[in-house]
Amino acid sequence: MTSLLWLIPLLPFLGFVLNGLLGARVLSRRAVGIVACSAVGLSFLLSLGAVASLARLESVAAAAPGSLAVDVEAHRVTQTLYTWMAMGKSPSGADLRVNWAYALDPLSAVMVLVVTGVGFLIHVYSTGYMEQEPREAYARFFAYLNLFMAMMLTLVLGASLAVVFVGWEGVGLCSYLLIGFYHDRMFDETTKMSCADAGRKAFIVNRVGDIGFMLGMLLLFSAAGTLDIQGIVGQAGRLGVEVCTAAGLLLFLGACGKSAQIPLYVWLPDAMAGPTPVSALIHAATMVTAGVYVVCRMAPVYLQAPAALTTVAVVGGVTALFAATIGLCQNDIKKVLAYSTVSQLGYMMLAAGCGAFTAGVFHLMTHAFFKALLFLGAGSVIHAMSGEQDIRKMGGLDRHIPWTHGTFVVAGLAIAGIPPFAGFFSKDEILWRAFQVSPILWLIGAAGAFLTAFYMTRLYILVFRGKERFGQETRHHLHESPRSMIVPLAILAVLSLVGGWIGWPESMGPFPNLLERFLAPVFEAHGAAASSMAATLPRSWLLEFGMMMLSILVAGLGIFFGCVFYEWRPEIPVSMAENSRRLYGAILNKYYVDEFYGRVVLAPYYALCRAAAWFDQWIVDGVVNAAGYLTLGTSYTSVGFDTYIVDGLVNLAGYTVRGTSWVFRTLQTGIVQSYATAMVLGIFILVSVYLFSMSR
Amino acid sequence: MPVPASHIMTFSLLLFSIGMIGVLTRRNAIIILMSIELMMNAANINFIAFSRQLNDVVGQVFSVFTIAVAAGEVAIGLAVVLALFRNRDTVYVDEVHIMKG
Repeated sequence: MTSLLWLIPLLPFLGFVLNGLLGARVLSRRAVGIVACSAVGLSFLLSLGAVASLARLESVAAAAPGSLAVDVEAHRVTQTLYTWMAMGKSPSGADLRVNWAYALDPLSAVMVLVVTGVGFLIHVYSTGYMEQEPREAYARFFAYLNLFMAMMLTLVLGASLAVVFVGWEGVGLCSYLLIGFYHDRMFDETTKMSCADAGRKAFIVNRVGDIGFMLGMLLLFSAAGTLDIQGIVGQAGRLGVEVCTAAGLLLFLGACGKSAQIPLYVWLPDAMAGPTPVSALIHAATMVTAGVYVVCRMAPVYLQAPAALTTVAVVGGVTALFAATIGLCQNDIKKVLAYSTVSQLGYMMLAAGCGAFTAGVFHLMTHAFFKALLFLGAGSVIHAMSGEQDIRKMGGLDRHIPWTHGTFVVAGLAIAGIPPFAGFFSKDEILWRAFQVSPILWLIGAAGAFLTAFYMTRLYILVFRGKERFGQETRHHLHESPRSMIVPLAILAVLSLVGGWIGWPESMGPFPNLLERFLAPVFEAHGAAASSMAATLPRSWLLEFGMMMLSILVAGLGIFFGCVFYEWRPEIPVSMAENSRRLYGAILNKYYVDEFYGRVVLAPYYALCRAAAWFDQWIVDGVVNAAGYLTLGTSYTSVGFDTYIVDGLVNLAGYTVRGTSWVFRTLQTGIVQSYATAMVLGIFILVSVYLFSMSR
Repeated sequence: MPVPASHIMTFSLLLFSIGMIGVLTRRNAIIILMSIELMMNAANINFIAFSRQLNDVVGQVFSVFTIAVAAGEVAIGLAVVLALFRNRDTVYVDEVHIMKG
């Protein structure tokens, strides 16, 4: 199956082409859905097969065709399709070329399975969710979604940073297209932001990060002489601390953009302008984890650069806490989840920054399950509420939409970190590794975990419990979602429950930590000292168990306080908001970060633009226009000279000749007799003169 | 008594003048040709007159030559007139002025 690696991204791309070209006119609504889902479903099956054959690489290596390079040691299969860019030789004689190649190793295997698996479920869900859309929009939606899958798979399978970058930009494009899917609708009435604006914001903020990614990529290219990831990673030790630090920080800037870390997280909450399945797929489960993936992918480079690694950890930790506090006061169901996503991505970065890449990938995977489930559940709620997204206008929904309610509870428990749900294992692993690196990071992470449990409880209670705070009209339309939406929810709920078990902590026996063993060839092949940082503290069973209990306690406390605040004593949050109006206002307005960016970045930028426009209009255009007028003036003079002087002289010559010739011409009457008369007269005169002169 | 030469010359002068006036005034090409004959014969008469006056026979020989040449000339002239008439349906010379400038 590994030789079919190239088909995995290609199938969704074909789905995109088919739906994009024919979907709106030729194919029926049903056919569009089938094409889109089956393209992704087939990709998923292919990925399963390919990953399964990773386990018995020896046999693959024996029968591998030429395009397939198998590294049994690292459990990696690389399929080189063709040489994309051949750039001659470097000064040192090395062959500079970029191949279009896909690589499957345990890390990309995890990503591919998550992307295609969750992606498939969300495609199925979307067929139900988007049913009310007009046919053209329906086809467009699935075409974009397929294109996104193709690009995301290119990103995670790319064996070269250049290929990864193509996927990176591609998913950014799809994100933009899908956020702005309802491009003619208003997203935020208070700030007059349309959905198209939200898409633009996401694209531009990402672009800031992309510059970092590109510079990092080029820096590595100039230092290592190759863009091939294995080539770079293999010689990470030779590159030197400076190059690794610079490249690591630059790539992390890109990761900050894509994975919505401080300072570039602002686009993600506004990305909720897109349809809810898009939020689930792109802005929760897959695309936003691309940054984490790249950091993990370049792990050996980061391990050479402690400063870069520390930056990643600190930014991740601070983001995790910071976004969680904003999540406390949001009233839009999707925005709560959006800030929760930012926060969880912070955890992943925190893990990566602590050298615990496996934990980061683990959380990436479990987060994909439960956050996709949360978003799809939110979509189901919105669907049931006829488009209402404000949680203040919900409440008491548990009786009306039991399936959505049940799966939402599972996801909520998973994200809050309650065992045995998936989120507990991954988050606990991260906190434990953070504690080993620095207790301060642990404290930040634990505070974030507390807030996570708290705001999830708040969200749950406001949506599903308490009094019904919506009108009779909405109540009348209230309905459980169709089966195409419920089944993906159920599957994701199961995954949110059992997904964490593959990362069972080793010290807690009786199960082995399957994920860590699976990923070991990636993160420990280069002697990567993922464990060397942890070696500063003795790995004590008691301590680890104590920390685990502590994180359960933290999560439990979060849920407890959430219940106190919103279920039992709803007057407490109200009075708290009254008492600390400033703090509440700051949090409600997301710490005025958007306003801050508006003043500090956008306003000077706009001023610069206006100045440039003025310069263009008056100076540049002025010079051009002056040149034009000058030429015009000269031309008029030249034309006048030509017409009156040059032509005048020529005409004068002509008129002179004509005038003179008129005199002679009229003599030529053409009548012979007149000539004869003239002749006779002439002779008469001559003879007269002669005779006259003779007679004298 | 012989006729004096001056009388003959006066006669030839009158004859020449009549021919010249004919050439200058008549429109018909044939009449112009006839007038030219008149002028030529006036010149012949002059030749004859001087031949008798000077007792030299060369003058008479000259006029015989002239008469022969005139016959040829008339043949050519008539041929020209005929060709003119065929081409332009006219023998009036004032109607033939394609050489007008």
